[in-house]
Amino acid sequence: MEMTQTNSDLLLLLAACCGLLVIATLIGEVLRARLHKTHANLTVETYLTRVHSWWGMVFLFSIALLLGPAGIITLFAFCSLAALREFLTLTTKTNADHWSLIASFYLILPLQYVLIWWGAVGLFSTLIPIYAFLLLPILSVLRGGEGADKNFLARISETQWGLMICVFCASYIPALVTLDIPDYGDRAPLLIAYLVFVIQMGDLMEYFAGRRIGRRKVAPAVSPKTLEGITCGAALAAGLGLLLTWMTPFSPLASMAMAVMAYMVGVGGSLVLAAIKSDRGIKNWGHLIPGQGGFVDQLDSVVFAAPVFFHVTRYYYGG
Amino acid sequence: MRRFAASIVGQLLIFFAQFITAARADWRGIEPVRRQRIYYANHSSNADLPLIWTVLPAALRRDTRAVAAADYWLKNKLRAFIGRDVFQGILIDRRAEHRTEDPIAKIVEALDEGASIIIFPEGGRNRTEDPLMPFKAGLYNIARQRPEIDLVPCWIDNISHIMPTGEVIPVPLACTVTFGAPVHVREEEAKNAFLKRASDALRDLIPARGHA
Repeated sequence: MEMTQTNSDLLLLLAACCGLLVIATLIGEVLRARLHKTHANLTVETYLTRVHSWWGMVFLFSIALLLGPAGIITLFAFCSLAALREFLTLTTKTNADHWSLIASFYLILPLQYVLIWWGAVGLFSTLIPIYAFLLLPILSVLRGGEGADKNFLARISETQWGLMICVFCASYIPALVTLDIPDYGDRAPLLIAYLVFVIQMGDLMEYFAGRRIGRRKVAPAVSPKTLEGITCGAALAAGLGLLLTWMTPFSPLASMAMAVMAYMVGVGGSLVLAAIKSDRGIKNWGHLIPGQGGFVDQLDSVVFAAPVFFHVTRYYYGG
Repeated sequence: MRRFAASIVGQLLIFFAQFITAARADWRGIEPVRRQRIYYANHSSNADLPLIWTVLPAALRRDTRAVAAADYWLKNKLRAFIGRDVFQGILIDRRAEHRTEDPIAKIVEALDEGASIIIFPEGGRNRTEDPLMPFKAGLYNIARQRPEIDLVPCWIDNISHIMPTGEVIPVPLACTVTFGAPVHVREEEAKNAFLKRASDALRDLIPARGHA
C-alpha cells in the first residue's frame, strides 16, 4: 500500500475515530470500576459491548478503505449478504419462492457488486429496480405448485423490498468510489468515510440528546426518536460537514447541506425499518454484532442515505 | 482414523451451517450445561439435525447422539459415515417389518451409557401446513422408562424455508434454535395426555411473527 494523499487523509480520520473510541472505552471502564464495588450495572455492560463492537467495525472498515475499491466492495458485499439474510428471514414466503430466493442470494447479490466493480452505473442502477423486479416474480409464478398464488403480491413485494434495501441501496455506499468527479482524483474512498461518519455521529448525538431533552416523539408507535434529538443530530451533522469539507469535492456550505441531507434521509430510514421491526414483533434484525443487533440495525440510516447522496453528488459534481 | 475424519467432517458441517444460517441457540428455559438430556425437536427438513448439532456447545455435543432413520442414513456410504460417525446416530428402522431389535430398547441402552439424545418425535418430516404433526408414542415410551431425565423441547425456526423438502440448494436465512423448559412424564399420566403436553411445550416456543 503506497502512502498516497488519500491514504494519509484516511489514516488521519482513522486516528480521530480511534481517539474517540479510546475516550469512550475509558469512560466505560471507569464507570464499570466505580460501580463494580456496589453492583454490576447492565447499562454500563451494554455500553461497553457496543464500544467493543465499534472497535471491530472501525478496524474492518479502515482496512477495507485502505485497501481501495476492491476492499470496500468486498466488505459491503458481505454486509449485504448478512443484511439480506436478516431481512428475508422475516418476510412472507412459501416453497414456490425457493428459486427466486436462491437467485436473489447467489445471482443478483454478487452480480450487483461485480457491476459496481466495473463501474457500470447504467447497469448497477437498473439491475434490481428493473431486471430483478420483473424477473423474480416470473420465477415464483413458474415454480408454482399447490397454493402458489397464496399471498403472492405480499411475497414478491417483500422479497423485492429486501433486495432494494439490503443489496441495491447498500451497494451505493461502495459505489461512491466509482464516481468520476473532476479535480477530485482517487479521493472517493474519503467520501464513503465522510458519509458514514457524519450519519453515525449524528445518530449518536440524536440518541444522547433525545434521552436528555427529548419531548416530542416523531413516530411514537415505532421509535423513541424525538424532534429535539433529531434537531441536535442534524446540527452536529452540519457542524461535522463543515469541519470535514476537506474530504469532499463540496464547498463548505454545500458540505453542510449534504451532511444534513444525508443525516435526515438516514433518520427517515431508521424510522421506516423500525416500523417494519415493530410490525414483525422483533426488537433487532439479528444478533451478529454484539450489543448492536444485526447488520440491518447497524446500517439502516446509511443505507437509506447512500443512493440519494450518490445521485445528488453525481448530478451536481459528476464529470 | 475414522474418529479423526468424523471430527473433521463435523467441523466442516458446523462451518457450513454457520455460514448459511448464522445459527444461534436461544436457551430460554434451560441452561446449556453438561447434563444428560433428551432433546426433542420439530422436523421439517434434512437440515434439522445438523442445525441442532451445530448450536450445541462442543462439550455438550460430544455426549449427544441423534436418533435417526436407518432407511435414510444407510442409503449410501457417505450418509452412513455422517449418520453413524459424525452424528453418532442411533439408527432406527422406521419400517416395523424390517426391524430386528426393539428401537426403544436401543435408545434406552444409549441413555444408560450416559449419552444425551436428539429425537424428532413426529416420526418423519412434516410436510403439512400445521407447524407440528401429532407425536408418535416413542417419546412417551422412552420417558416412561427413564422418567428422571429432562426432556427438552427445541424449536428449530425457519429451516423449512432454508431447504424445503425436495430442494437441494439451501437459501441463506437466519435460523434460531430455541430450547425450552424441560418436561417430565408424571406418574400415572396417560400416553396421549403426555404427548399433548410435550407437543404444547414445543409449540409454545414458536416465535410470534406478525401476520407472516
